[in-house]
Amino acid sequence: MGILVAILTVVLLGVVILLVSAPLRAARRPGVGGAGGVQINESTADRVDLQAAREAKYREIRDAELDYRTGKLSQEDYALVDGTLRAEAVEILDRLAVLGDEAPEDP
Amino acid sequence: MASLGSACLLLALVVCIYGIGASLYGVRRERPEWSDSGRRAIYALAGVLTVAFAVLEVAFLRNDFSFNTVADTSSMTTPTFYKAAAVWSSQEGSLLLWAWLLSMWSSLVLFLTRKRMRDVAAYATAILLGFGGFFVSLMIFYANPFATTHPAPVEGAGLDPLLRFPTMMIHPPMLYSGYTLCTIPLAFGMGALLARRVDAEWIRAIRRFAFAAWFFLGIGILLGARWSYAELGWGGYWGWDAVENASLMPWLTGTAFLHSLMIQEKRGMLKVWNASLVLATGTLAIMGTFLVRSGVLNSIHAFGGQTLGVPFVCLIGVLIAGSIYLVVTRRDMLRSEHRIDSLLSRESVFLANNVVLVALCFVIFWGTYFPLISEALTGKAASVGPPWFDRYTVPLALILVLLSGIGPVVAWRRGTLVNARRNFLAPVAIALGTLVVLLAAGVSGKPFALAMFGCAAFVLGCVGQEFYRGVRARRAMAGESAPVALMALVRRNRRRYGGYIVHIGIAVLFVGVAASSSFQHAVEPTLSVGQSSRVGAYTVRYVRPTATVTPSNDAAHTGATLSLGAVLDVSKHGRHVATLNPSEGYYASDEPSQGSVGSLIGGQPVSHVAMNAGITRDVWSAIAPDIETLQLKRIVEIGNRTIPFVRPEDALIAVAFLARSYLQHPPPAQFHFIVSPLVMWIWIGGLIVFGGGLIAIWPAPSAMRRRVAVLARDRRARAAQGLARA
Repeated sequence: MGILVAILTVVLLGVVILLVSAPLRAARRPGVGGAGGVQINESTADRVDLQAAREAKYREIRDAELDYRTGKLSQEDYALVDGTLRAEAVEILDRLAVLGDEAPEDP
Repeated sequence: MASLGSACLLLALVVCIYGIGASLYGVRRERPEWSDSGRRAIYALAGVLTVAFAVLEVAFLRNDFSFNTVADTSSMTTPTFYKAAAVWSSQEGSLLLWAWLLSMWSSLVLFLTRKRMRDVAAYATAILLGFGGFFVSLMIFYANPFATTHPAPVEGAGLDPLLRFPTMMIHPPMLYSGYTLCTIPLAFGMGALLARRVDAEWIRAIRRFAFAAWFFLGIGILLGARWSYAELGWGGYWGWDAVENASLMPWLTGTAFLHSLMIQEKRGMLKVWNASLVLATGTLAIMGTFLVRSGVLNSIHAFGGQTLGVPFVCLIGVLIAGSIYLVVTRRDMLRSEHRIDSLLSRESVFLANNVVLVALCFVIFWGTYFPLISEALTGKAASVGPPWFDRYTVPLALILVLLSGIGPVVAWRRGTLVNARRNFLAPVAIALGTLVVLLAAGVSGKPFALAMFGCAAFVLGCVGQEFYRGVRARRAMAGESAPVALMALVRRNRRRYGGYIVHIGIAVLFVGVAASSSFQHAVEPTLSVGQSSRVGAYTVRYVRPTATVTPSNDAAHTGATLSLGAVLDVSKHGRHVATLNPSEGYYASDEPSQGSVGSLIGGQPVSHVAMNAGITRDVWSAIAPDIETLQLKRIVEIGNRTIPFVRPEDALIAVAFLARSYLQHPPPAQFHFIVSPLVMWIWIGGLIVFGGGLIAIWPAPSAMRRRVAVLARDRRARAAQGLARA
């Protein structure tokens, strides 16, 4: 039993080392960028934030429409809210265009 | 195999330390391969702890009493079903369960976010591994589940009889899943603050996990309440016990966060508030674990020893200080991007709901920790009871239910008095109509309960109207039939309508709470066979006693050596309603001074409740048989004198003789009868809440996502065209 436990422990240790060191080994290989070559930089972060803001704005536009159709917003209020939301959406899209937008990435 | 388990714990600690270092090095030096390696350390931690957990589980199932934990919390006679659950009944096993669940949930969230928010995720990885390392350290240095004794005892002490209840199989894993999931938003919140990325992205990434934490914690709380009601023998489902409160507090702040995060997503507002709520929820989850596992406060649910207080206090101190530091130093970037446009907007209602939820949490926090606070200030530990909690929580709960009706009817951004009047007319009429009907039916004298019924009717009216109008709008647009329109409406707006269903469930749940606590009838008579007692409109007659001997014959399947009970006939106005069989189980103790026979039944006796549950009321019964009569005591004394410990079969025969004597000459027994109206609606309300939660949390099908992405591109193109024309 003692030997079996020792073997299992060593195997487990080996698997753990292989698992956690894989990205480091990959990064050392010539021609392979670490972590898929994705670098953390300001524009990537801004783009991701803007993409999140864009999705939220789309949801807000849909919610406002549903609020209007279920009688929670009057015609005038809806026109005002919808106009504001669409202007905000266009502003986000403009900022995304400057950064070079990509299709939203599913988790 | 204990040494394999211990090796796994050591390896887990090394993995945690390495992962923390790798993640922080990776994010600080912009070396993503190191961040990736840190993330993989979480996966490795999950794998290593899975092996450790499996080793302990196998030891329990194989009755390997060389493991101290197994010897302390299991026995040969413990039913297999409960042996599997006994792992988390001990201090050591529950710490392992905590660490294992943390590693599994953390692996899932880090896998799902592996291509997003690399900087935030790297900090979050380090924090999650910090929690993992903390719990693994506790196991290594304070409560090792793999500690052994040689030679192994031939029999274990057995599982605490209070825990031999079916929901105990899932209650702790659910609760611990909730607690561990609460640390994920905390880790990402801290990560976002450390990385100075406090926009909507981190909220979007952890939203589903915050929801999952709320979902699992809520189910855990509900199962705990059910266990209390059906097992503990006092007839209540909530006693404002310290451990119950500890689980409710993060659930309340988590609920507040789920509402306020929508405001940050939509309007870029409440960033300080949201960051604070996330950090508070995670810290409260750790404090909940601390309360259960430190033994610092008295609780019927606290099964831990008193050795873990100092490490937990240190961790909580670091969390609180770190949270305050981060929020204060990042306050400039947490400024709101907008202001609330109108007091009659959904944002305002959400804000009010947040204030009420946090106030509730504060009241419960104060009441729960009051013994510690008073001891620190005066040197004397004083505690507050249920009436104190009720005084403050009942009015707040009323406001909360009312707001859960108002919220769905008010529009985002702006509303007008004219619209409000039109939208609230029907729900207010329904609420007033309900009150009139209840008063006409003679329901009076309990103003808070009546107010709750009125508020619940208002919520049902508001949400029902929302569904009706949504379906009507959809039918007008798409020409669908009503059921198809309803399905499409919910499917296309899962969060909104799932949330509305949750509100219905909350209203239903509170109706059950208000009715059962305000209009309950309870008596505690002592009855001899043939005697009756009245409880409310019901008559309960003690028909005959019952008894079973040996763990395998225990009718409640809990492994009791002796079980004494009663057959009760319940009738109403002379008509038979139900037959109930409450009993009390007597379990073996590990106390040799009780003698060879006495120790077979000398453990903690546990009441096995019997009830007739219905939609309108529950008839609940428990029995406390008197086994201290001279005749029964004499049987035990003679048995102890004449039967040696080495002949347990003979001792069991003596117990059987005692049972026969009890059946032939049953002494009067103490009973507890309760008739509670609408208790069933608490459980039904809970199911509705979590059903609605599932709808809200359920991810959209991939096909729908693709459609949404295409629509988004079309919309963007149209917007761009519109802009060009302008």
